[in-house]
Amino acid sequence: MFDNVWLIPLFPLIGFLINGFFGKKIKNEAVIGGIGTLMIFMSFIVSCGILMQMIGLPPEQRVFEKVLFPWIHSGNFKADMAFLVDPLSAVMIMVVTGVGSLIHLYSIGYMHGEEGFYRFFAYLNLFCMSMLLLVLGNNMLVMFIGWEGVGLCSYLLIGYYFHKKSAGDAAKKAFVMNRVGDFGFLIGLFTLYWWFGSNHNIWTINFTEIKAASHLLPYGGVVTVATLCFFVGATGKSAQIPLFTWLPDAMEGPTPVSALIHAATMVTAGVYMIGRMSFVFIKSPDTMMVVAVIGAATAIFAATIGTAQNDIKRVLAYSTVSQLGFMFLAMGVGAFWAGIFHLMTHAFFKACMFLGSGSVIHSMHHALHKGHLHDDAQDMRNMGGLRKVMPITFITFFVSTLAIAGIFPFSGFFSKDEILWKAFSNPYHGSLNIILWGTGAIAACFTAFYMFRLVFMTFFGECRINSKVKEYLHESPLTITIPLMVLGVLATFGGFLGMPKVMGALPNYLEHWLDPVFELATEYGAKYAHAGGHESHALEWGLMGLSITIAVVGIMIALTLYVKNTGAPAKFVATFPALHRAVYNKWYVDELYDFIFVNPCKAFGQFLWKGFDVVVVDGVVNGVANVVMGFSGIFRYMQSGYIYNYAFSMVLGVVVILGYYIFK
Amino acid sequence: MSNVLSLTTFLPILGVLLLLFIPKDSKSVLRNVTLAVTLVNFLISLTILSGFQTNAEFQFIENMPWIAAGPFVMRYNIGIDGISLWLVILTTFIMPIAVLSTYTAVEEKVKEYMICLLLLETGMLGAFISLDLFLFYIFWEVMLIPMYFMIGIWGGKNKIYAAVKFFIYTMVGSLLMLVALIFLYFKGMEAGITDFGLLQFFSLKLDMATQIWLFLAFAFAFAIKVPMFPLHTWLPDAHTEAPTAGSVILAAVLLKMGTYGYVRFAMPLFPDAAHKFAPMIATLAVIGIIYAALVAMVQEDVKKLVAYSSVAHLGFVMLGVFAFNTEGITGGMLQMLNHGISTGALFLIVGFIYERRHTRLITDFGGLSKQMPVFATIFMIVTFSSIGLPGTNGFVGEFLILIGAFESQLRWWTVVATSGVILSAVYMLWVFQRVMFGELDNPKNQKLLDLNAREIAIMVPLIVMIFVMGLYPKPFIDKMEPAINKLVSQMRVAPVNAQVIPVGLPAGHPAMEAPAAGPTMMPAGHPAVAPSSDVNTEKTVNPHEAK
Repeated sequence: MFDNVWLIPLFPLIGFLINGFFGKKIKNEAVIGGIGTLMIFMSFIVSCGILMQMIGLPPEQRVFEKVLFPWIHSGNFKADMAFLVDPLSAVMIMVVTGVGSLIHLYSIGYMHGEEGFYRFFAYLNLFCMSMLLLVLGNNMLVMFIGWEGVGLCSYLLIGYYFHKKSAGDAAKKAFVMNRVGDFGFLIGLFTLYWWFGSNHNIWTINFTEIKAASHLLPYGGVVTVATLCFFVGATGKSAQIPLFTWLPDAMEGPTPVSALIHAATMVTAGVYMIGRMSFVFIKSPDTMMVVAVIGAATAIFAATIGTAQNDIKRVLAYSTVSQLGFMFLAMGVGAFWAGIFHLMTHAFFKACMFLGSGSVIHSMHHALHKGHLHDDAQDMRNMGGLRKVMPITFITFFVSTLAIAGIFPFSGFFSKDEILWKAFSNPYHGSLNIILWGTGAIAACFTAFYMFRLVFMTFFGECRINSKVKEYLHESPLTITIPLMVLGVLATFGGFLGMPKVMGALPNYLEHWLDPVFELATEYGAKYAHAGGHESHALEWGLMGLSITIAVVGIMIALTLYVKNTGAPAKFVATFPALHRAVYNKWYVDELYDFIFVNPCKAFGQFLWKGFDVVVVDGVVNGVANVVMGFSGIFRYMQSGYIYNYAFSMVLGVVVILGYYIFK
Repeated sequence: MSNVLSLTTFLPILGVLLLLFIPKDSKSVLRNVTLAVTLVNFLISLTILSGFQTNAEFQFIENMPWIAAGPFVMRYNIGIDGISLWLVILTTFIMPIAVLSTYTAVEEKVKEYMICLLLLETGMLGAFISLDLFLFYIFWEVMLIPMYFMIGIWGGKNKIYAAVKFFIYTMVGSLLMLVALIFLYFKGMEAGITDFGLLQFFSLKLDMATQIWLFLAFAFAFAIKVPMFPLHTWLPDAHTEAPTAGSVILAAVLLKMGTYGYVRFAMPLFPDAAHKFAPMIATLAVIGIIYAALVAMVQEDVKKLVAYSSVAHLGFVMLGVFAFNTEGITGGMLQMLNHGISTGALFLIVGFIYERRHTRLITDFGGLSKQMPVFATIFMIVTFSSIGLPGTNGFVGEFLILIGAFESQLRWWTVVATSGVILSAVYMLWVFQRVMFGELDNPKNQKLLDLNAREIAIMVPLIVMIFVMGLYPKPFIDKMEPAINKLVSQMRVAPVNAQVIPVGLPAGHPAMEAPAAGPTMMPAGHPAVAPSSDVNTEKTVNPHEAK
C-alpha cells in the first residue's frame, strides 16, 4: 500500500484535469460534482489503506519514501519528486482527504446553480492535490510546490466571484501576503542547505537526510536564522501576526472554500511545517520562544477582533486566526503533538462551523432572494432564532461551538487543554510560561464569548429578518447536512484520540502515534530544558478545572449580553465608542500596512519611473543626443556653401596666425 | 548532416530569396511561405538537438577560411555546445510563433516585414553559433538592422524615437566591443594566436589591467543588450513601439544576446576581471530586479509593464550567471529560456488585446474574464509562470539562480533578490486583476471576441513548454550541464578556490585535464584547420587551471 502513495495526489489531479478541460461541456452538475467528490474520496480510501498498514507495523518501521522521478538536479543540488509517508503525514492525509471529501460533497449542494460550477470543482480538486503534495513531500521543494500550489488555489477560489472588486482585491492580498511568507521559506531553505553543504558537504533538502544529520546543527546561531525565516513562511501561510490580515478578507470566497482552505487544511500548513522540522526548530531556543509568543499574541489579538464583527464568516475567520495561534503556541512550547492534535480537532469543529454558517447563509440568501430583498445574508444582525427552522445545522453548530469553547468532553477541550497545560508546564521558557499560559487562558475566555455571541445572535432569540421572507427559511438539503452531521460527530468525539494521561480512561493514542516523529526533538530539547517542571497531577487537574471555568465564564457573559440583557452591547458601544471602533476596524492593521508598505511602495515606484527613469537616465541619454545635435547645428553653418564665407574664414585664420607671431 | 548548423542559420536567407519572387500583394502567400520556412527551420534544428552528444565539447563544428586581410584572419568557424544549443532551439521555436502572430496584425508592407523577420532569424542564429569573434560581431550587428526597421516602420506612435534610441544605445556598446575585440586580437597575436577563433583566446593569459579594460568594454556592450540597470531605458520604448512580433523576438531572443555574451565571451575570456566585478554586476542586477519591479508596478500601459518585468527577470539571470557555480549558471541559462517563453507569451497576449481594442491602457480594460474565458485561462497560466510558481518553468530557473547565488559569495545580494519574488507577484497579479477581474463595464469590451483557433495555436506550444520545463526540466539541464561545468572550471582561477574539488565533474572528464580550449574540438584531420590547430596545441597546454 505504501508504494501506492503517489495515487493520493494523483486522483484529485485527474479530477482537476477532467473538470478543468471538459467541465464546461459536461454541464451536468451531478456529474461534475460527482467526479470531483469521487476523486478525493478515492484518495481518502488509499489514505485509509496506508494508515491501516502503518498501524500494523512496529513504530520504528513506520517511515517510507517513494521517489517518483528526478525533478531538479543541478550541480550539488538534488530535488526529486518524492513522497514521505510517516505517522505525521498519515495524520495529515487522513484529515485532508477526509474533511476534503465531506466538503466536496457539501459543495454539490451549496454551489448548485452557480455559474462556473465546473470551475469551482476543478479548483477544489487542484487544491487537494497541492495540499497533499505539501504534506507528503519528502523534501522542502516538493513541500514548496504544495505550499505555493495551495496559495494559487486559494487565490483562484477567493477570486471565484471575480466580477466583485472586493473578491479580486482579497485574492491578490492573500497571494501577495503568502509570497512574503514564501520569501522567508526560501531564505530558510537556502540557509539550511548552504550551512550543511559548506560545513559538512551534505548537500540536501531532504527531510529524512536532514533529520539524520541534525545532530550536526548547533544550538542557536545559524539555526535561529533559518528557523526564524521558516517561521516567517509559516506566519504567511497560517495567518499569524504580522501576516494575518489576508485571512479575514479571504472570506470573499464561497463558504466551502473557507471551510476547507481557510480553516481545516491550508492555513494549518505552517503548523505542519514546524512539526515536520521539529528537530531543527527545537535546536533554537530563541525561535521556539518567538513561535510561542507570536502564537499566544495572535490567539488573543484575533480573539478580541472576533468579539465585534457582525459578519458571521468574519467571526469564524478571526476565530481561525486565533485557534491557529493556539497551535503555534503548542509548537513553541515543544508540545508538537498537541499542536497537531489541535490542528486535527480544529479541522473537525471549524469545518463543521464554517459549513454550518454556509448552510445558514444558503438559507438566508435563498429567503432574501425569494422576497426580493437585498439585505446582507451574512450579517448576524439580520438573523436570529434559526434553531427552529434549521435544527440539524443548529445542533451540529452548537456541539462544534462547545468544542471550540473547550467544554468537556468535546474534542476542543482535550486539545486546547493540553496546549494550555504544556504552556504552563513546559521546561523551555522558564518564567515566560505563566504569561504564555495566562494569555492563552484569556484568549480561551474570549473564544467562548465570541463564539456563543455568534450562536446566540444566529440561532437564538427572535428572527430579525424581514417578516415577509421568514417563511422561506428552511433546513438545507442532505448533501449539506450529511457532512455537517459527520463533522459534528467528529467534533464531539475526536478528542478521545488524545486523552490526557491523568484521566487514564483511554490511552493517549495520538501522542504515542506521533512519538517516532517528535522524539528526536524532545531529545534535543532536553539539552537546554530546565529540570523539574510542574508535573504534579493535582495541578493538572486544577488547571483543567480552571480552563473549563474560564470557558463557562465566557459563555455566561455572552448569555447575559446577547440573550438576557440584549440592550447591553449597544450601551457598551455607546460608552466606549473609540474602543468599539478600533476593534470593529480590526485595530486598523490594514490601514497601518497601507500606510507603511503599500502606499510608499507605489509612490516610490512612481518616483523611480517618472523621476529616475525618465528624468535622470533618459535625461542623460537625450541630453547627450541634444548636445551632439546642438553642436552639429552650429557646425552646420560653417558648411554654408558660399565662397565668401570660406574666404572670410580664411582671412580670419590668416589674421589670427599673423597676430600670434607678431604679438608673441 | 555535417552542415546542419549552417543550413539552419542560412535557410531564412534562402527564404528571403524566395520571398523576393512573390508579388507583394499576395499577402497570404508571403505569410505562409515565411511560416513554412521558419517551421522547416525549427524541424531542422530538432535534428541538431537529437544529434547533440551530451558532453562539454563544441559540436557540429564547421571551420573554413573566410577573410584574410593582412594581420586579420577571420574564419567561418561555427559550432555549438550545451549552452548555445538551447538558445538556438529557442530561436527556431519562437520564430514560427512570431510569424503566425503577424497574420492579422501587419497589413502594410507585408513582404518587407517578412524579409525583416527572416533576416533577423539568421542574425540571431549566427550570433549563437559563432566561434569566431569577428563572425560573432558581424552577426551581432546584422541583428540590429532588421529590428531597427521593424520598430521604425511598423511601430507605434513614437516609433522613430524608439527605433533611433534602440539603435544608438546598442551601437555605442557594440563599437566599444569592436575596439576591445581588435585589441584582444593583437594581444592574442603576441601570444601566437593566428585568427579570431574564440576557443584559443580562452587559454590566453592576460594581465589584470588588460583584463579589466577588455572586460569592461565587453560587459558594457552586453549590459546594454541585457539590459542592465541603468542602461535599460531603451527597452520600454522599443518594446512599447515595436509591433507584437518584434516585441516577442526582442524579449525572447535578442535580450538573451546580452546574457549569452557574458556566459560565452566576457566571463571565460576575462575570468579574473569577471570575478573582480562580480559584486558590482550583482549589485546592478539586484537593483534591476527591485527597481524594475517597482516601476512595473505603477505602469499604466500593459506592454510597458511587461517590458519592465523583462528587466527584472534578466536581473535574475545576471545574478545567477555571476554566482560562477553550476547551480547559478544552470539557473541563469534556464531562466533565459523561461523568460523567452513566458515573456514572449505575455507580449503575444498584449498583442491579442491590442489588436482587438487598439489600446493598451490598463484602465481601458476590466472584467475580460467573463467575455474571454480561454484568453483568461491562458493569461493566468502565463502570469503565474512569469511570477515563478512551482510547477511552471519560471520557478525552476529562479530557484536554481537563487540557491546558486546564495551558495556563492553573493549571499546578501540573493536575500535582496529573493524579495523580488514578492514584488513580481504584486505587479503581475495587480495588472491581471485590473484587466481580467471586476465588472465588465466598458461597452467596448462587452463585444470582445475570445481567442480564435490561430491565436490558440500560437499559445499552445508556449503553454506546453511552461509545464514541461516546470515539471521535468531534467532533459534541458542534462544537456547543458557538461558545458556549464566546463565554464565553471574555466572560471575557477582564483587561488583561493584552487583547492575546491570541482564537484559534478566525473573523474577523468576531459574538462578536468584540459579544461580550456583544446584541439580536440577541431574535427580531426580537417584539411583547412590542420595547420592552425597544430599551433594551438602548443599554445593551449597552459590552461588557467594549471596556475
